[in-house]
Amino acid sequence: MATAAFAQEVVSADWTHRHLLDLERLTPAEIRLLLDTAAQFKEATAGCRQKLGVLAGTTVVTLFFENSTRTRTSFSLAARRLGADVLDFSASGSSLSKGESFIDTARNLEAMGINAVVVRHQTPGTPHLLAQRLSVGVINAGDGPHEHPTQGLLDIFSIRERLGDLNGVTVGLVGDIAHSRTARSNLWGLIKLGAKVILCGPPTLVTDRWRELGVEVSHDLDAILPRCDVLNLLRIQFERQNTRPFPSVREYAHLYAMTRERLKRAKKELLILAPGPINRGVEVTAEVADCPQSLILDQVTNGLAVRMGVLWLTCGPRDSVGTAGGLS
Amino acid sequence: MATLLVRGGRVVDPSQDIDRVDDVLVRDGLVVMVGHSGTQPVGRVDETIDASGLIVTPGLIDMHVHLREPGREEDETIETGTRAALAGGFTSVACIPNTEPPIDTQAAVEFIHQKAARADTCNVFVVACASKNREGKELAEIGQLVEAGAVAFSDDGAPVYDAELMRRVFEYCRMFDKPFLAHEEVLELTAGGVMHEGIVSLVLGLKGMPAAGEEVMIGRDIALAEATDGRLHVMHVSTAGGVALIRAAKARGARVTAEACPHHFTLTDECLRGFDSNFKMSPPLRTATDVEAIIEGIVDGTIDCIATDHAPHALEKKMLELDRAPFGIVGLETAIGLSLTRLVVPGRISWPRLVEAMSTLPARILGVNRGTLRPGSVADITLIDPEMFWRVDAKTFASKSINSPFHGWTLQGRAVATIVAGRVKYRLREPALV
Repeated sequence: MATAAFAQEVVSADWTHRHLLDLERLTPAEIRLLLDTAAQFKEATAGCRQKLGVLAGTTVVTLFFENSTRTRTSFSLAARRLGADVLDFSASGSSLSKGESFIDTARNLEAMGINAVVVRHQTPGTPHLLAQRLSVGVINAGDGPHEHPTQGLLDIFSIRERLGDLNGVTVGLVGDIAHSRTARSNLWGLIKLGAKVILCGPPTLVTDRWRELGVEVSHDLDAILPRCDVLNLLRIQFERQNTRPFPSVREYAHLYAMTRERLKRAKKELLILAPGPINRGVEVTAEVADCPQSLILDQVTNGLAVRMGVLWLTCGPRDSVGTAGGLS
Repeated sequence: MATLLVRGGRVVDPSQDIDRVDDVLVRDGLVVMVGHSGTQPVGRVDETIDASGLIVTPGLIDMHVHLREPGREEDETIETGTRAALAGGFTSVACIPNTEPPIDTQAAVEFIHQKAARADTCNVFVVACASKNREGKELAEIGQLVEAGAVAFSDDGAPVYDAELMRRVFEYCRMFDKPFLAHEEVLELTAGGVMHEGIVSLVLGLKGMPAAGEEVMIGRDIALAEATDGRLHVMHVSTAGGVALIRAAKARGARVTAEACPHHFTLTDECLRGFDSNFKMSPPLRTATDVEAIIEGIVDGTIDCIATDHAPHALEKKMLELDRAPFGIVGLETAIGLSLTRLVVPGRISWPRLVEAMSTLPARILGVNRGTLRPGSVADITLIDPEMFWRVDAKTFASKSINSPFHGWTLQGRAVATIVAGRVKYRLREPALV
């Protein structure tokens, strides 16, 4: 059977988790496994364009307590490409607006016989609390400013596709680190794979306290620019800020936007990532966003590959496909 | 009334400098003597408690307890809260007025007193609001509240934000020699915060409450207390900087006292890594450096007392996302065990210092005639087994709520009997199980 053969081929190392909650608690080997699995899915689906039936009979729910278009679409499409049934559940218009707790909502879905929940929530740790209380797999699709593990994986996947190994690669994460779950997931994934991480932005968004983790902190983009192999330009999350962390968008863009002038002073082979949605003119100018070094659209395609890999590892068949020591 | 003899325990009463194995004789609800019953005529004894191997102290006083009644009886009532106090070895509690409605009238104070009398459990001393309706705009009727029996004033749950009103409270309370109990927080710095601001909050992406948010307000209130010669009692000190400010103020002779909570000398912000709302309180759990500073403050007397900030919340309220769950944990039934395990057993403080922090000084700060076993004083007595190891089981709490981060912990030391005005109000029934 093609499916079983494929499964056996894909599952090559130990994956013991039922959930994917964050990258902080994964080992480097587990992160590599996730990336390798994603790569195999990308190839097997002809660049994420074709369908595989490996998760037929599985039901995946996307449970989104916070608005999202691209992440949700990407997860839904990835699940469908694997043959799973997908149920989209939104907070608005549901019993949540009638005061039901998030745990009760999730338990109700669980009682319908689903296999995995892809959850997005505005509060850090909510997927972790669900994982403690549900018996189905929980995949974190973003919990407030905490983590967004599949985004971190797809960013790293995109870099790895171009550069091969990440060991020794210098990656600048620029912008709203304070409110960015993408920054945190990138940070952990990159550190674990041996990259050098520089966090860059104004002190109101990038506190020096990050140095306690052993990463470099800079408030001067122009100073670090010549050393970076990759820049990941994080969106300013105006919606999460209580007080304005900089005087004006104009001043922020002046200090931190990736412009053509700055591009000239960077390494020729500099790669540019930006997890969408981007604010053109704030983090990155339009011409840089569309330049050949920009991986922005690669990121979207690779998001599908990564999410297929994650869904497969967390809710694929556990014992029927002869995955010795694999999926438990 | 009856005569009670508590025989052969180690009597620790710092108010009289007593720390020796001895007997305590109680008649008609009052202490007759601390002395050897074999060598002195004691008359007829109705009940004898063998206290050998136990610590005998003046009844413990928790000066920071949220009893929730009136208004939030789903969390706690005066009856259940005071039963929890008795089970924790406390013979007196001071209840904090952030109820619904808040305790800001004579009638409200009387309501508490009546409910407490009906419960017939431990003593309840009423802390009343410093401002009308706890709004921080106008002085409450402090004089009339004192007449009704209020022992101190506080808008706890929130600071008195207006510095001018704060000054008025200090000035006005002087007339009655009452302390102001301060919740120290700069709200702009803590807005939306759920935990201490530090590397852990940064990694977890949770909004932090910086130590400066507490320290700035402690600094302001010390300055205002010194300017007015008012009495400031800093509640639930949680930061090293706060301890330093209070230490310096005391050295200058300011009329400042302070309390710390068992959770603040036991737990750190690392506990939030599991996102469990039972570790969410205000002030938040700080760092290991802060924990050490709090313990040093207790050791050198900068922090006068230990209080629990017992803050019950019904289970369904705590089972929410971390930012929606309310602040606070229950503390009455774990206070002795934590204080012994963290402070006395490791040799950080002596038994007399512990009793001072949990009985003598709270009584002195609140100006209540408790906290001593002097002849003629009310016979509030706590008997503690200092060797008992026991496992905290929140499900067996007398409190109506179970929001304790210490569920499942093994602690050393537990109250085995709590005596209020000469009557045994609580006796530990279950054997110690570990």
